[in-house]
Amino acid sequence: MFPPNSIGLVKTQTLTFAEDEPLRLESGAALRPVTLAYEVYGRLNADRSNAILICHALSGGAHAAGYLSPGDAQPGWWDDCIGPGKAFDTDRFCVICSNVLGSCYGSSGPSSVDPATGEPYGLRFPVVTIGDMVRAQARLLDHLGIERLLAVAGGSMGGMQVLEWAAHYPQRVRAAIPIATTARHSPMLIALSEVGRQAVYADPAWNNGDYYLNGRKPDAGLSVARMVGHITYLSEQSMHEKFGRRLQGRERYGYEFQTEFEVESYLKHNGDKFTRRFDANSYLYVTKALDYFDLADQHGGSLAAAFDHSTDTAFLVISFTSDWLYPSYHSKELVKALTAAGCDVTYLDIESSWGHDAFLVEVATMTRLLGSFLDRLAGEALNSER
Amino acid sequence: MAAYSALRPDLQAVADLVPAGAKVLDLGCGDGALLDYLVRHKQARGRGIELSEAGVMACVRRGLSVRQGPLEEGLADYPAASFDVVILSQTLPFLDDPAMILREMLRVGKSALVSFPNWGYWRCRLDLLLTGRVPLAPDLPQPWSDAPRWQAVSITDFAQFCGRVDIAITAEIYLNRGRRVRIIKVKNLLAMTAVFRLEPQRQPNPM
Repeated sequence: MFPPNSIGLVKTQTLTFAEDEPLRLESGAALRPVTLAYEVYGRLNADRSNAILICHALSGGAHAAGYLSPGDAQPGWWDDCIGPGKAFDTDRFCVICSNVLGSCYGSSGPSSVDPATGEPYGLRFPVVTIGDMVRAQARLLDHLGIERLLAVAGGSMGGMQVLEWAAHYPQRVRAAIPIATTARHSPMLIALSEVGRQAVYADPAWNNGDYYLNGRKPDAGLSVARMVGHITYLSEQSMHEKFGRRLQGRERYGYEFQTEFEVESYLKHNGDKFTRRFDANSYLYVTKALDYFDLADQHGGSLAAAFDHSTDTAFLVISFTSDWLYPSYHSKELVKALTAAGCDVTYLDIESSWGHDAFLVEVATMTRLLGSFLDRLAGEALNSER
Repeated sequence: MAAYSALRPDLQAVADLVPAGAKVLDLGCGDGALLDYLVRHKQARGRGIELSEAGVMACVRRGLSVRQGPLEEGLADYPAASFDVVILSQTLPFLDDPAMILREMLRVGKSALVSFPNWGYWRCRLDLLLTGRVPLAPDLPQPWSDAPRWQAVSITDFAQFCGRVDIAITAEIYLNRGRRVRIIKVKNLLAMTAVFRLEPQRQPNPM
């Protein structure tokens, strides 16, 4: 039914907490209650030392691996790397992935119902940060009885959560694997986020975030936002290879304003597809969380100071040569700070033409690299048991 | 364990100069063979810097912590005296700025271990004399056209350079075809490979 190296049928679970005492957010606001959707693959061992937390990117969810139903056509978003014998080997590790706060895949976000009004929050949902997402994940791990993670891993926005984990809960993280990410969202990245948000604001159907009960969603705006995003996930070279200047379903230029080039058709298709699976307000909230992310700023301007207490954490920092969204020099800045702080850091800039998407595409290299790194951690855990 | 004992003789000579339990940084650590040996047999706490993706992948497979990048960038990130020993094994002829790297090694480490092929070896001298071609390094059979940099240096060159920049040579091992050369007087003629331990020259006390 499913490929032999798939984890197979999985189930998304939810945890609701902060029902009495609200979760305090970085903004000063409070959220009550808080629900997190999560999935667990593999088994927690007796001493609870084999747990790996996977953090997802902007539009991801808790469904990282396996299939949700027997007829499910698509596996989870990182199925290439999570499963029996894969990089995150579910025969050895207990892999957990949870949907971030503010998103729309089962965790509390702007599309959730506000218990105060009985209607969806919309913009009344408090603005959340990467730090808030991670604090909520920590509550989930408390609930699952996991004191210390063997590793926390993620790419892009997932990588920011990894860094937040390592900086704020160093005693709970044996190893941190930030992939294709940054410790500080740059002005260019904020600018790109803002273009996406403005596209949503400009859609009349957005209606200041109150559209859930109107029967009309700001699909046009969200679609444009996603198109901009998609461009930043590719590289000039990968676009050349994928589309070139080829025309879609025609031989010559029509000299008219129709979708003519393959690349236009691809973007439009992905934009449309996105509106069927993602909530426009969540897009605003999650991109805002990205923009606020600046680990150095939280530590008096010094990125190294953020990792002063992380010297018992082993870092594996990975970047990709053609990623211009989170370019290699962002990772090098991070490696520099980790080195200055005296942390144990391994860094690799993987040669790839796939741009930011490389972290999901370069499966063979990632599998070897992550597999070797996790072998070492698992070996250490085994030795300390003896 | 036997596999790890069969370290290349020049790497073994370097390893013999590393004290047990030392904090070690290996520059241009390649596939990590030396670091792996030091971690397993000398209980060293090892780190590496390596330019090639293949090298870093091999090191991670051995369970080592290695960062990819140019040596000068990597060295600059470390605070002073972060390591007991900084190693530069068979990489000297390929450096853009050897003087700067050696200075950085002695800033980041309390001591440095440097091994390099000796172009003062008699065969090299004879090659140049008889064939008119610049000789290949005794232990590094790469022609000049195959390497990004390739600077011929002899034991005498290196020792004089250290004297000029106030670097003290505090230990020396010379090898010929993997065997240690004991006749120190003619080392520049008989040694194919030199291994030096370097430390900053203590300035004479002004009192």
